[in-house]
Amino acid sequence: MNQNLYKYLIRLGDDSLIIGHRLSEWCGHGPILEEDIALTNFALDFIGQAQSILEYAGKVEGAGRDADDLAYLRYEHDFRNALLVEQPNGDFALTMMRQFLFDAFRKPLFEALTKSSDEQVAAIAEKSLKETKYHLKHSSEWIIRLGDGTEESHKRTQDALDTLWRYTDELFYEDETDKALEAAGIIPSISKIKEEWEKTVNNVLTEATLTLPTNGWSYGKGRAGLHSENLGYILAEMQYLQRAYPGAKW
Amino acid sequence: MKYSKGEIWHFLEEVFDPEIPVLTLVDLGVVRDVELIDEKVQVTITPTYSGCPAMRVMEEDIEKMLDSKGIQDYEVKTVLAPAWTTDWISEKGRVKLKEYGIAPPSEELDKSILFGKPPKVECPQCNSTNTHMVSQFGSTACKAQFRCKDCLEPFEYFKCLK
Repeated sequence: MNQNLYKYLIRLGDDSLIIGHRLSEWCGHGPILEEDIALTNFALDFIGQAQSILEYAGKVEGAGRDADDLAYLRYEHDFRNALLVEQPNGDFALTMMRQFLFDAFRKPLFEALTKSSDEQVAAIAEKSLKETKYHLKHSSEWIIRLGDGTEESHKRTQDALDTLWRYTDELFYEDETDKALEAAGIIPSISKIKEEWEKTVNNVLTEATLTLPTNGWSYGKGRAGLHSENLGYILAEMQYLQRAYPGAKW
Repeated sequence: MKYSKGEIWHFLEEVFDPEIPVLTLVDLGVVRDVELIDEKVQVTITPTYSGCPAMRVMEEDIEKMLDSKGIQDYEVKTVLAPAWTTDWISEKGRVKLKEYGIAPPSEELDKSILFGKPPKVECPQCNSTNTHMVSQFGSTACKAQFRCKDCLEPFEYFKCLK
């Protein structure tokens, strides 16, 4: 099996799964009905992506695990999502900021992955990219509206940015796995993705009249399986059914 | 094999979308291919959106249809590429959508959510283009919510995905 590809797919799939779960927590709690529906639509897209990615990860691994096994039967330390996506929803500004910072990363990433030398990775990227474009548009426009809105909405959005900024570096984490896959033409160079991410983030935050934090602190060992306490709570809820009733089928 | 490819396509034209029950899976462009491999029927489908919860039901409905025709050896295969686009909804499908009260996808890709110009969408009730997008997101991943400013009726729009 291609150990590197498996590792990469787990990172990619876990990002989708965990942010999808976080967004699903908004169901019934959105600030307005339309936004409640929008956030749960996003959640559905992400969980759908996670299913395709993890299903393929299971195939690459070749140990007979499917997407459900990988989602429901792994523990915190086996998860490889970035810490950004497991951060709690907070208020609407925080959720939107988390979404925007993540979408701005996912769009150039999926664009590049459509050219992957691995056919299935390219297919998943092509499918996900279409949805990601809608997501990024939605989150960007909310960031602009909230940042350049009232004094209160500006303050909350700036606070959200200050809170989440420390988790953004990790999105561009790179190790031997990435380098090997890049050499094989399976994934793009992460520095190119970072350039595009910075461009989008700068443009939108400027229009939103928000200020980029200057402190250099950054956290992030999620790719190594070291998570914040938040992930355990997410998994407790997400995995409850499969843990309590092993093998339960829909 | 007692049926031809054409006959199998014909059977599939009687399998309806579980969420928009006026459209068949063929109208929707979800059925991509039918292959006869020796005695086996292979039907290839593709999801509209990654998380479309109807996919599993579609698969089962296709299996039920094939069962009902006495076909035993079959496989329903899901592929992601090429990715589904609203361009694949047939002309017949577009007419049926409108009659059902859902505005079919317009040719323009939607450029706006909060800002900019939403696509010009015709009200499926009174045909007015004096309509307003209430939300980009609707009851299913593939629909947006609109309201007609002339007849005042709310309606759904099958949003353009390219």
